[in-house]
Amino acid sequence: MKKIRTIAELGTLRAALERERESAKVWISVSNETCARANGSDKVIAALDEELRKQGLADQVRVKGTGCSGFCDRNPMVVVFPKEIAYQRVSPDDAAEIVGKTLIKGQVVERLLHHDGKGHAVQHEADLPFYRYQKRLVLRNHGRLDPTDITDYLASGGYTALSQALTMSSEQVIEEISRSGLRGRGGGGFLTGRKWKSCREAHGETKYVICNADEGDPGAYMDRSVLEGNPHSVIEGMIIGAYAIGARMGYVYVRAEYPLAVTNLVIALQQARDCGLLGENILGTGFNFDIRVNRGGGAFVCGESTALMASLEGRVGEPEVKHIHTAESGLWEKPTNLNNVETWANVPVIINKGADWFASIGTEKSKGTKIFSLVGKINNTGLVEVPMGTPLREIIYDIGGGIPHGKKFKAIQTGGPSGGCVPEELLDLPVDFDRLTEVGSMMGSGGMIVMDEGTCMVDVAKYFTGFLQDESCGKCVPCREGTAQMRQILSDICEGRGRPEDIDLLEELGHVVQDTSLCALGGTAANPMLSTLRHFRDEYEAHIFDHRCPAGVCTALIRYTIDVEKCNGCGVCAKQCPQNGVSGEKKQPHSIDQHLCIRCGICREVCRFEAILVN
Amino acid sequence: MPTLTIDGQQVTVPEKTNVIEAAKTLGIEIPHYCYHPGLSVAGNCRMCMVEIEKAPKLAIGCFTPCTEGMVVFTNTEKVKQARKDVLEFLLSNHPLDCPVCDQAGECWLQIYYMQHGQYESRMMENKIKKSKKATSIGPHVNLDQERCVLCGRCVRFCDEITKTHELGIFGRGNREELDVFPGKQLDNRYSGNVVDICPVGALTDRDFRFQVRVWYLGVQDSVCPGCSRGCNIQIHYNRNRPHHGHGRRVARLKPRYNSHVNQFWMCDEGRYGYKFVDAGDRIISPMLRRGAELQMATWGETLAASAERIRAVNPSQIGVIAWPQLTNEELYLVRRLFVDGLGCKNVSFSVPSKKDGGGDDFLITADKNPNTRGAGEIGLPIADSTGDILQAASRGEFKLLHIFGHDLLSSGLDQPLVESALAATETVIFQGSNSHLTVDRADIVLPSATFAEKSGSFTNFEGRVQRIHEAVPPLGDALPDWQILNRMARALEMGWDYQGTEHIFKELAENVAAFSGLSYCVLGDQGELLGYKPTNEAHIPTEPVTTVII
Ligand SMILES: Cc1cc2nc3c(=O)[nH]c(=O)nc-3n(C[C@H](O)[C@H](O)[C@H](O)COP(=O)(O)O)c2cc1C
Ligand code: SF4
Ligand code: SF4
Ligand code: SF4
Repeated sequence: MKKIRTIAELGTLRAALERERESAKVWISVSNETCARANGSDKVIAALDEELRKQGLADQVRVKGTGCSGFCDRNPMVVVFPKEIAYQRVSPDDAAEIVGKTLIKGQVVERLLHHDGKGHAVQHEADLPFYRYQKRLVLRNHGRLDPTDITDYLASGGYTALSQALTMSSEQVIEEISRSGLRGRGGGGFLTGRKWKSCREAHGETKYVICNADEGDPGAYMDRSVLEGNPHSVIEGMIIGAYAIGARMGYVYVRAEYPLAVTNLVIALQQARDCGLLGENILGTGFNFDIRVNRGGGAFVCGESTALMASLEGRVGEPEVKHIHTAESGLWEKPTNLNNVETWANVPVIINKGADWFASIGTEKSKGTKIFSLVGKINNTGLVEVPMGTPLREIIYDIGGGIPHGKKFKAIQTGGPSGGCVPEELLDLPVDFDRLTEVGSMMGSGGMIVMDEGTCMVDVAKYFTGFLQDESCGKCVPCREGTAQMRQILSDICEGRGRPEDIDLLEELGHVVQDTSLCALGGTAANPMLSTLRHFRDEYEAHIFDHRCPAGVCTALIRYTIDVEKCNGCGVCAKQCPQNGVSGEKKQPHSIDQHLCIRCGICREVCRFEAILVN
Repeated sequence: MPTLTIDGQQVTVPEKTNVIEAAKTLGIEIPHYCYHPGLSVAGNCRMCMVEIEKAPKLAIGCFTPCTEGMVVFTNTEKVKQARKDVLEFLLSNHPLDCPVCDQAGECWLQIYYMQHGQYESRMMENKIKKSKKATSIGPHVNLDQERCVLCGRCVRFCDEITKTHELGIFGRGNREELDVFPGKQLDNRYSGNVVDICPVGALTDRDFRFQVRVWYLGVQDSVCPGCSRGCNIQIHYNRNRPHHGHGRRVARLKPRYNSHVNQFWMCDEGRYGYKFVDAGDRIISPMLRRGAELQMATWGETLAASAERIRAVNPSQIGVIAWPQLTNEELYLVRRLFVDGLGCKNVSFSVPSKKDGGGDDFLITADKNPNTRGAGEIGLPIADSTGDILQAASRGEFKLLHIFGHDLLSSGLDQPLVESALAATETVIFQGSNSHLTVDRADIVLPSATFAEKSGSFTNFEGRVQRIHEAVPPLGDALPDWQILNRMARALEMGWDYQGTEHIFKELAENVAAFSGLSYCVLGDQGELLGYKPTNEAHIPTEPVTTVII
């Protein structure tokens, strides 16, 4: 692509591209991110291309591999434009039918549509309940754009925010971001405008901006999705930020486990450079800025700002004590502004639509939208972008479609591993930074793990504490040793060795680790345990005092028995039991030998009469 | 200079002083492991928690700079609880092999446990097994990973002080281990310091290992005689259990803080260079040559014989090779006796060594003598050089050579010249502490004390005059050189007699301009520069003296 030399030239080019896109009305999008690829989306694209070629339509209809529009569980998703007919879980074998029926005959392939469980099929993407209740600002173009093609981004209004920002003074840009009320999406919720301002005002010629794409929370993947599906939105945000702050160099610190994100990002950066949107004298304004990509090794703690910068510098990725904020002395001791992927991606939105518009969305102190990754025991798994302040209930039931298999909701874990669990009583809580903190959890990066009645909360606490212990860098004593102690005590409780004094001890240790750790990993490491203790203390007590796991999860505390009323002696369980622990006469109620039983639960799974009881 | 209140006491400290150091000046000890005043702040042990008025959370003392009006509490219930818990965390993963640990008695886990712990452990103690137990990681240092509290001091020492980067912390979480980098050895010239700063028994000194329990050691302040830097040291000597040390009375040397000279450190050559003090080649009796053989004699006999020979020759026929390992006081007596008293002109003191001393840009200097500067200031040499004296001797111009300490026969001097000088001289008097080739050529041998066995002072290359003190008595019949010279003067009826080194120093300060104004009181334990200008006020050391062991 040719270098664009001025802001005006960019405008002309964009207009031309928009016209071109409009003329090509019929096209097909196939979500082609990591989650879709795992389900064979690239084979679907190849099959569609092949079919179009066969039908002689290859020149008229374009098949575009796009980012994932968030309904990850239904991938590969195929949407046929202009009618936006959405097909789910498409396989290469469906290609012929889609082309033949939908494109040529204008009919819908019924069996590939979304079925809402009430016998209704939904044709249009926008009508899917999953999307209907969302407000998609950052994800607005996911599923529309080919992330490897900058013209696609330009044609959909890309880099207009940059053009706009470059005509403003850097103070005006910062003012705009400040007024929008944007808070960092990386977890801490710092006011982005304030952060930019202090970096702008910090002394020094050389300054840096960094995009934090380390995303280490288990279950969270919105940053990956944004980088894979719309890398230019992040790049555009970073260029605007660099312009406002006065940085000439930027870095994206992205975990190496995100190869597709890295690939798409690198392609996007090169295209931006080729177009003159990065490099020397950007759009003829005399502003110079470029971005490099650094791959992290995947340590959770490297997402923490000082550890990230140490790692970028080539040192061991461990947090450091600091008097001076990284905005004044960060990377190589130069003023540095670090923001999360989603934060950066919000910047062009704000510049385009204005601070006031942005600030009208959300709650008093949390503005705009937030992307959540909704996973766990939920019908619709995927990425959900909603206005700040949306009640949990709406996210879980309206968008998420509720709990599968008619089970009862128990809790939702928010904020990533060091977040907390919110119980059913608090389901009407409007989700924003402050409200989540009030109930002992946090926003974090936006992970949401739904748990049903079959989830043991002590087991959950053990899992997350274990994760944090594994990820503790080990530099400071309370986190290094304290997380290990907490995990050990939690394991003991799950395994029936809980002691009456353990609850008090856990609380004491939790507070020490919280109060005395060096960085926020240790500072929040007790959250999973403390928040489950706060809302589900009775479960802990049941484990310790009654040697009982109410959810029937902790194998050391449960027994499988056979309900003589229900058992008809079919003997399936006896055949499947790996221990030969089930015995009984044919057609007579069977029984389980508790000495042989290893509590694998196979008998319960195979019994067709629900005769196996857990207690 | 902010003024703050710590535990109800007010104190004013220099800008940027941290809370630990400020508390120290009030005699309040805030426990810590990773903080060391000579290294950067890591803030990882979380032991130095303090409560600061109006601050929401506990703060770490090492990383909290004092500010005007700050109110600090070091001993509230909250602080005590945090400290106790952190200690409990550390001990829950510690092998507790104190009976076989060299650090026992000076281990900060033990010390803080006694002060701040004393709980029944409630933790699960499934200790993590680590790979290196009592493994040597360099010529001087042993590592025991399980005892390590991962404070990172040793790593920072190798990164910041020696900049040799041998050590690192590997792994993560509670699987972290301290180790040398693959293919590396901890063999920098200052490696012994990591043992001093390691708060626990993870790094131990191979030389000191299993010699003696530390609580049997006595401590005496001194100065390293290893080079002209004159690092301040402590001599740790085996006070109560001499039979434990295999005859080693001096058990180890440790650096002593002096902000002007060595800060907290000393080099390995200096640290392990004291072995001559208790070596088998010590001369423990005066000797006289009877026929071909040197035979033991009494001090009376040897001094009488020396005086007789000295008197028998013309002073111009006497050559004296003094020794920059002698103290200022002793060199002053050399001058008093030979130059001022007898009128000798042929006096030198420096002898080139065989190999280059290998100075560096930190502490080690090329000159391996502690008192070259002192010798010069006191007015030695008179002759141009030791070479000139030997030339004259080999031409048969001298009847008597008085050699202090030097082994001329294994020095950097022209060896045939030394041979011919020794052969051509009728009487060779040797005065020194250890036996060597040159001693075998002497006619009279006067056994002297080593630096660890006497008191006095050295002047380092920068002109700082610093005290040394007797840690152990001279071995056998040996005597400090100043006493030998004093007795010889008596035998020569010179009419002077000194009561002690302080007496000599007082006179030295009166007679040698560079030392004017100095006294033992002024020198204190941090020394003072030549050319010192006394004031009317009582002498106050220029900087607050921080006695730092860790
Ligand atoms: C243990 C730990 C892990 C973190 N991981 C991430 C991460 O993966 N991505 C991220 O953006 N921020 C992460 N953060 C937060 C960052 O330190 C930092 O606050 C954030 O990147 C700032 O960007 P923002 O202002 O846009 O939120 C982490 C913090 C901690 C303590
Ligand atoms: S709190 Fe944990 S992760 Fe943070 S520095 Fe301490 S040990 Fe490392
Ligand atoms: S070996 Fe000693 S000094 Fe080094 S990190 Fe371990 S405890 Fe600290
Ligand atoms: S530098 Fe010199 S004075 Fe200091 S310890 Fe080494 S040898 Fe001794």
